[in-house]
Amino acid sequence: MSRLPPRPGERLNRDRPIAFTFDGRTVQALEGDTVGSALAADGQQVLSRSFKYHRPRGLMCCSGKCPNCLVDVDGWPGVRACTEPVREGMKVEHMNARPSLRFDVMRATDHFGKPFTPPGFYYKTFIRPRRLWPLYEKVLRNAAGLGRLVGRQRKREWRTEYRRRHADVLVIGGGTAGMAAALRAAELGADVTLVDEGPELGGDLLASEHSEEAREMGVRVGDAGVEVLSGAAALGFFDGIVPVWAGSTLHQIRARAHVAATGSIEQPLLFEGNDLPGVMLCSGAERLAGLYGVTPGKVAVVATTADRGLESALALSEAGVEIAAIADARADGPGRELSERVVRAGIEFHTGTAVVRALGRGRVTGAVVAELDADGRWIEDTERGIDCDLVAVSGGTVPATSLLLQAGAKARWDEAAGAYLPDEPPPGIYVAGAVAGYGSPEAVLASGAVAGAEAALSIGLGGEDDRARLEADRATLSETRHSVDETVPAAASGAARGHGRCFACLCEDVTADDISYAIEEGFDSLELLKRYTTVTMGPCQGRMCQLPAARKVAQDTGTSVAEVGLTTARPPWSTVPLGVLAGRPFEPAKRSAVHGRQRELGGNVMWAGDWRRPYDYGDPEGETMAVHESAGLIDVSTLGKLMVRGPEAAAFLNRLYPNRFDTLKPGRIRYGVLGDDAGRITDDGTICRLDDDSFYVTTTSSGADAVESWFAWWLADWQMDVHLTDVSQGLAAFNLAGPLSREIISGLTDLDCSNEAFTYLDGKRAHVAGVPCLLLRIGFVGELGYELHCPAALAEHLWDSIAAAGEPHGIRPFGLEPQRVLRLQKLHILVGQDTDAESNPLEAAMPWIVKLDKEEDFIGRWALESVQERGEENMLVGFTVSNGAVPVEGAAVVVADGPVGRVTSSRFSPRLKKTIGMAWVPVALAEDGASITLADNGRRLDAKVQTTPFYDPDQERLRG
Amino acid sequence: MSFLLTCPNCGEREVTDFAFGGEVVPRPRSKPSERELNAYNYFRTNVAGVQREWWYHRSGCRAWFQAKRDTTTNQVLWVGHPKGR
Repeated sequence: MSRLPPRPGERLNRDRPIAFTFDGRTVQALEGDTVGSALAADGQQVLSRSFKYHRPRGLMCCSGKCPNCLVDVDGWPGVRACTEPVREGMKVEHMNARPSLRFDVMRATDHFGKPFTPPGFYYKTFIRPRRLWPLYEKVLRNAAGLGRLVGRQRKREWRTEYRRRHADVLVIGGGTAGMAAALRAAELGADVTLVDEGPELGGDLLASEHSEEAREMGVRVGDAGVEVLSGAAALGFFDGIVPVWAGSTLHQIRARAHVAATGSIEQPLLFEGNDLPGVMLCSGAERLAGLYGVTPGKVAVVATTADRGLESALALSEAGVEIAAIADARADGPGRELSERVVRAGIEFHTGTAVVRALGRGRVTGAVVAELDADGRWIEDTERGIDCDLVAVSGGTVPATSLLLQAGAKARWDEAAGAYLPDEPPPGIYVAGAVAGYGSPEAVLASGAVAGAEAALSIGLGGEDDRARLEADRATLSETRHSVDETVPAAASGAARGHGRCFACLCEDVTADDISYAIEEGFDSLELLKRYTTVTMGPCQGRMCQLPAARKVAQDTGTSVAEVGLTTARPPWSTVPLGVLAGRPFEPAKRSAVHGRQRELGGNVMWAGDWRRPYDYGDPEGETMAVHESAGLIDVSTLGKLMVRGPEAAAFLNRLYPNRFDTLKPGRIRYGVLGDDAGRITDDGTICRLDDDSFYVTTTSSGADAVESWFAWWLADWQMDVHLTDVSQGLAAFNLAGPLSREIISGLTDLDCSNEAFTYLDGKRAHVAGVPCLLLRIGFVGELGYELHCPAALAEHLWDSIAAAGEPHGIRPFGLEPQRVLRLQKLHILVGQDTDAESNPLEAAMPWIVKLDKEEDFIGRWALESVQERGEENMLVGFTVSNGAVPVEGAAVVVADGPVGRVTSSRFSPRLKKTIGMAWVPVALAEDGASITLADNGRRLDAKVQTTPFYDPDQERLRG
Repeated sequence: MSFLLTCPNCGEREVTDFAFGGEVVPRPRSKPSERELNAYNYFRTNVAGVQREWWYHRSGCRAWFQAKRDTTTNQVLWVGHPKGR
């Protein structure tokens, strides 16, 4: 093939050469070329090898609908060469052929392997002997698939986005009908979005003599304020959302009304050798010539069952292709006007004739035509060979109804059109153009205008004038539709008879004979046939093969195509990378206000839920001992913090917590455990009463959101006079703990921090290092300490001030790991670690927190009353292990019969120099001194139960 | 299943902006039997038809509100704040 002289409407910029490589060799292209057109111009006719039989394949549709041109571009497999624009330096490689495209060893399956690979072969072969399965699997895995992914994950990564869009009217399809609909809807005042697969608006007309008008209309669409997405494939129809893939973005478009102008798809013909490079769809050949200035062949035989084949022949002839013959399968041929034009062009033209065989090895070198009898079967005596290098075929067109069917429209078989037309579209969806069965340019335009107006009017736009205009357009439409009586309907595509390879499904290498055999085997409904032979399941998704397959089923079962029906239309209609569907995951990484400081201090930062927190600063044992001996500082800004204010705040908290908060005095703190109505623990934290009407509630770090929404939910239900403010992000918090913490803090504040003035469980407001703070004297880590809550913006200053003041006292920052050891020494639970979704406070060793004698009802009261009545079954207790071994968290507590409990926390305490932990045990074993056995990774450990804190059980250090 | 939901504060949004809060199930007024408590905690009517339910605007104003939705068509008939105590 070679370049034609410049043609009007071509996409090329002949002044801009672009070079890329194909299988290592440099190919010269022009700006505007696709990889496919550039390779065609360069004389590379074979672009890929087919899926199963590795037959050579070349350009066929030139519009991204068939599987023949799939290549690997820059490591990205499965790219359609015929639509992929060339870029300087791109590296294109073939797929599915080893060692090369020209010589593929797997072609052996085509020559010799046929007995082993009929449709459904995997149900019959490669099964026995079973011990050979690992070998079969290896062979099949290597043979299966088309492309290869680049090995390294990071080379495959790309950034994708998803966008939500809302429009009044969404028009799918940017051909004439779609553009007309978009223009009309915009005229009526609709906010219109138009999505089109092609690189520019204009659809099929761009390759024809009307390309100029099509492009000009595209400009008008943009000028009308329509939002145009080009290179944007609509993937499906989901409950009113149409996902559209464009570039690296998935647009999820929700519109109030839709116009489907998705066009029609030209169909191939069935004959032996119909998959040879050089057999092209008529429209494909026209596109190659018209858009890319590449001649599709020197001498062509055109085979057709519809008028458009003849139109194509005329166009190709005008582009310089010698038409050796036209074989029109229809007995009466085309209408008179078209016949006359063909004759005037001097083209040899036969009716009632079809191409029955394409000749050539690896590419077309000739075609055999034969006459057809009344039943459409060919008459062998009339066979005649014609030399040619291009066989342009047209089996008519089928409307691209998939999106409409997905939306809920029905498919109605139209005998005259020889295709399934969409019927009964659901409300809010309008149909325009070729997909609705309109053929002539006038009808297509009018149908678009009608659909656009109907869509806009349906959502309340437009007025009386528009309604009147719509009626006039509808009248025009019925006239134009019927005026095209010169068009003769398409005939059924040539009946193929068991001679050699006649491909019904190019994607999956399913021949017409394969279909017949499958039907003989009993898979005689289209849905069953599809699943058994995999016809329509390849990259083309039935665009090329659904109707031929349905016809074959009808023919072989003696029914009609109308009775056979179509397979269920499913998304995605166009191939789409999984990465685009995945979109951008939302994985927040929360950092506290002093995160930077923690890194500077050498913190080992790891994930703790959504947060980045230091587990330690390199010396967990030393940090633990610092808290015992001098002072430690830990950032607890991750805590949830809620302000609960209002005249009914105390009553509100009383209803939510099992203990009392109305009795909590201002300036005092109480620990609270939150539960649900099944009596189960959901969260815990401290509540400080600031004044009569204000409470400051803290929650666990990971439970902050859940607690806030829980509180808000009950408030919405009870409608009490309470206001909830989430200050989790706005406030930072540090815990300064250790025997020297009082001394350190006293130096930074005027507040009287003596034990008499600021006792354990007091909450006070004061300025510390000039920063306004709420100081909570609580003891999660078991030593004298203060939890300081301050505005996050001032947190770094506060941290630095405390660190400086504490330096002479030996203050050390400490991380989560030391904190865990310290709290474990006090038997302080971690919700979610020591408790699970079934734990209740009575069994979790906190019976004192459940005030069943409280007057009001509280969430969980009834369930907890039941537990108390029934008696506890399992209890959370502490334990020690004498030999210093540390059981894994999760180790089972076992008795002779098996596991009866589990270890929830375990650590070696450097202060106490022994192993301590918490475990759930049956109530019978929940007594001080009881012996329990732990099963830990194959070894058995002896442990002793302890129900009181391991360290400072009388809280002398805490209250000092 | 995707549809639009109107937050009483913020207006119409995609349903994915919200978290579903379950059927509106009235809490027992006085101490329930064990059976009644379990039904309240674990059983739901799961009606195929119009259901009154809770929604939480988690990606927006974080308000709780109720809606009446036909579970067979996802048509939302009403949204609003729940009535009194």
